Amino acid sequence: MYKEKTTESTHSLSLTRRRFVQGLAAGGAIAALNWGARPLFGEVSHHAPDTLTGNHFDLTIDYLPVNFTGKHRIATAVNGSVPGPTLRWREGETATLAVTNRLKETTSIHWHAIRLPSGMDGVPGLSFPGIKPNETFVYQIPVVQSGTYWYHSHSRFQEQTGVAGAIVIEPRDKDLITFDREYVVMLTDWTDTNPETVFSNLKEQSDYYNYHQRTTGTFFSDVKKMGLKPTISNRMMWGRMNMSPTDIADVTGATYTYLMNGNTPHGNWTGLFQPGEKVRLRFVNASAMTFFDVRVPSLPMTVVQADGNDVEPVTVDEFRISPAETYDVIVQPYENAAYTIFAQSEDRSGYARGTLAPSEGMVAEIPQMDPQPMRTMADMGMGGMAGMNMAGMNMAGIDGMKAKDMPAMSKSGTTQDGMKGMAGMDMGNSSMHSMPAMDKGKSPGADQQSMAGMDMSSSSKEAMPGMNKTDMAATGKHSMAGMLMGNAAGTIPFPQPRPNTMPLPGAGAIDVKLTPSSPVHMRVGPQVVGVAMNTSERLDDPGNGLKGNGRRVLTYADLRARYRGVDARPPSREIVLHLSGNMERFIWGFNGKKFSDAEPIELKLGERVRFVLINDTMMEHPIHLHGVWSELENGQGAFNPYKHTITVKPAERVSYLVSADTPGRWAYHCHLLYHMEAGMFRTVVIS
Amino acid sequence: MIFFTSFNTPSRRLPVLHLSMVVAIGLLSCLVARVSAQTATPPSAQTTALQTTANPPLMDNKVFVHVLFDQFEGRTNGSDSEFRWDGQAWAGTDMNKLWLKSEGFVNDGEMSDGDHEALYDRPIPRMRYFDAQAGIRADLDSGPKRVWGAVGIEGLAPHFFQLEPTFYFRDGGHLAARVSGSYDLLLTQRLVAQPELEMNFYSKQDPERGIGTGLSDVDTGIRLRYEFSRKFAPYVGFACDGTFGSTATFARQSGESVANPRFVFGVRLWY
Repeated sequence: MYKEKTTESTHSLSLTRRRFVQGLAAGGAIAALNWGARPLFGEVSHHAPDTLTGNHFDLTIDYLPVNFTGKHRIATAVNGSVPGPTLRWREGETATLAVTNRLKETTSIHWHAIRLPSGMDGVPGLSFPGIKPNETFVYQIPVVQSGTYWYHSHSRFQEQTGVAGAIVIEPRDKDLITFDREYVVMLTDWTDTNPETVFSNLKEQSDYYNYHQRTTGTFFSDVKKMGLKPTISNRMMWGRMNMSPTDIADVTGATYTYLMNGNTPHGNWTGLFQPGEKVRLRFVNASAMTFFDVRVPSLPMTVVQADGNDVEPVTVDEFRISPAETYDVIVQPYENAAYTIFAQSEDRSGYARGTLAPSEGMVAEIPQMDPQPMRTMADMGMGGMAGMNMAGMNMAGIDGMKAKDMPAMSKSGTTQDGMKGMAGMDMGNSSMHSMPAMDKGKSPGADQQSMAGMDMSSSSKEAMPGMNKTDMAATGKHSMAGMLMGNAAGTIPFPQPRPNTMPLPGAGAIDVKLTPSSPVHMRVGPQVVGVAMNTSERLDDPGNGLKGNGRRVLTYADLRARYRGVDARPPSREIVLHLSGNMERFIWGFNGKKFSDAEPIELKLGERVRFVLINDTMMEHPIHLHGVWSELENGQGAFNPYKHTITVKPAERVSYLVSADTPGRWAYHCHLLYHMEAGMFRTVVIS
Repeated sequence: MIFFTSFNTPSRRLPVLHLSMVVAIGLLSCLVARVSAQTATPPSAQTTALQTTANPPLMDNKVFVHVLFDQFEGRTNGSDSEFRWDGQAWAGTDMNKLWLKSEGFVNDGEMSDGDHEALYDRPIPRMRYFDAQAGIRADLDSGPKRVWGAVGIEGLAPHFFQLEPTFYFRDGGHLAARVSGSYDLLLTQRLVAQPELEMNFYSKQDPERGIGTGLSDVDTGIRLRYEFSRKFAPYVGFACDGTFGSTATFARQSGESVANPRFVFGVRLWY
């Protein structure tokens, strides 16, 4: 079970930590004197944010002088620490958090993926007015879940400048994940440039931070590799669209320094272990714009939790973590040796680095970064359609309807792809397998209605076993009947899936037909560069730059919830959203509209809906819905993983189910901070 | 505004122009402000009863301001040198911008080719990379002043060609057109070769300004810049400006050469 860090390490760490935190946080004069107390670039010294435990927390957001790169800058910090302190809550208690604003502007703290009354969600303009300078806002959060989460400011760019920290919630009962020691590993991206300037730069020149572009040099090396004609036709293909295959990250290592628990790669955050111990690493990607590819060379990682929810253990060498996602992994180093925790940015422009070691000062080799990935035609939504007419793509006023999208998928040809495509529309592969009547060969677009009907029956069948006596007994003291009644009425939120939680069955769902979603009319224009013609689910694809790298890389298809989902009802309707944008203009949105041009999405309290996201852009977007869970439809049926942030790869189509069980005005947005601020944001109203 | 006040033009010619300029810019600013005000309030704020505060959770309609001097350079052929600038500035939101352009030569205290524009700019529906622009152009230099209406587009043609065709009109049935284009060829991540071309056409001659009909003048060049940062890139290059047709005849009559090949040294700057 959980232990604090070993005594020796606590002492040595807290000394450094205290010097850092108190030295810099103790107000103007002292802070100024201790300006250099922050571990400087090149120093082998490290600290980690403090851990605060209990159920009452005083948090102060204030300016803090920092120095990550040799330049003095002012961060926004929680309790004088960047990242902020780790908060340890306990499930079943009520966490009271008094947040005081010492900034000159409005601030806020959003408790990412914490299930709470919407007034406590901390989004200025939606859930509350924000915390004005010198005001204190008291959050009261009844903690009804456990796992690894995080918090961050939801005010403009304060998250980028440091207002973020980890939340660890201990389960009410015994943690079913066993480990001897644990560390939070918080990944962030720091820039010395004012984020307003970063944003402004991107508006003026969207490839401002891309120093991995194609040049005449790469032209000639491509000619050598692929020949003259293919090289030219490839250049022409991208050029016609004014797009670049090197467009991997909008903000890169050209301005970012990647931090692990607030330490630069040179600062080398170190977590100690005794050989043979099981170490739980709680990875949190609290970065503003960076996808990290994480590995511990020569140490396999067993992923046990994703986005705070336990998953069936799956052992991998590497995983990609999107902004706002969390992954808990167990590593068990037997050697009396140091191991590098290596988190390279997706575009390979830099990395965060730390060390696991039996004693202080031990280091391991830092691996070379992988080659820089390139977008492909498949990412443009044109896989298998080389040589197609671009004009067709320009004009495609695509319907969100399957009628339009499904045939496109069927074009991708293989049975496997067809299956995957359909999995996105039903309860999952497992239920499909149990339905021999479903003909793989039939034209997918032809019979959407009956397909939906079949879904329902299969899902209700899935739900039935959950109703048996043994499981009911297992719930013990919980009044199951009351719980279900409450849920059906939508008055109490569903619990987080646990060994003893009971699914709400899909009673009477057999004849329910899925309401066809209203078509999405989207045209190319200033806010929409293209509409992908050929989208498919690529959940078993680890993403650009990770395929075929010789390592076992986690994919979304690997995530299987450890416990059965709590709402087995089929969705009653579908909401189709295209992720759209214009990289050149740096405008981002949903369905070709940015936030200020769009209406809120309305959900009825208690209803269960399917969100279908179709990514028409050339970038990954981690989409986060506040307040409720997003159950990724990755083919695991009743064991689809519960997530809070779902990344959609370029030209990918992903679906997930949402039980609208908590009323309020919730934020729904891309968790790339500058995409969100550019308009990739919707209000979701549950009422 | 800075464009119209920062260079030395004979001041006696300016009052009237300044006035018209100020009025035009004022009108444009009002238009921009009005449109932004309309778009700044999200529909959700008006339609949803659950609204808790007037402030939206994010501001995706912020005003950005940028200034770019693509050419800020000395040109010389050894015996004769001149100063050349060509810059643009814009301020506004994604959909509504005030766009200023200015270019000209200074040679021995004489200013020529002084062209200054104030335009309202808006992305064209159904177009991904092009903006429509409309406003006024003022020919302000050591020669007689002219004021034109201007309508044009500016944006990125396929294959990353920067393209900027504009039409002008003024009293007396004078029409004019200008096409300018450029391309950034990345030799390395920071070393960029930029070929550039600008052509001017006029429907009627204007002898006072030495303008003939048809293609009147061309300014072309290639510049090799090194981007120490995106915002600061010194360059060297070669440029040639020349006159054609009856414009060339006017030039010869006033003893000017019709083709000026020159080496250029300058810095590309933006803010």
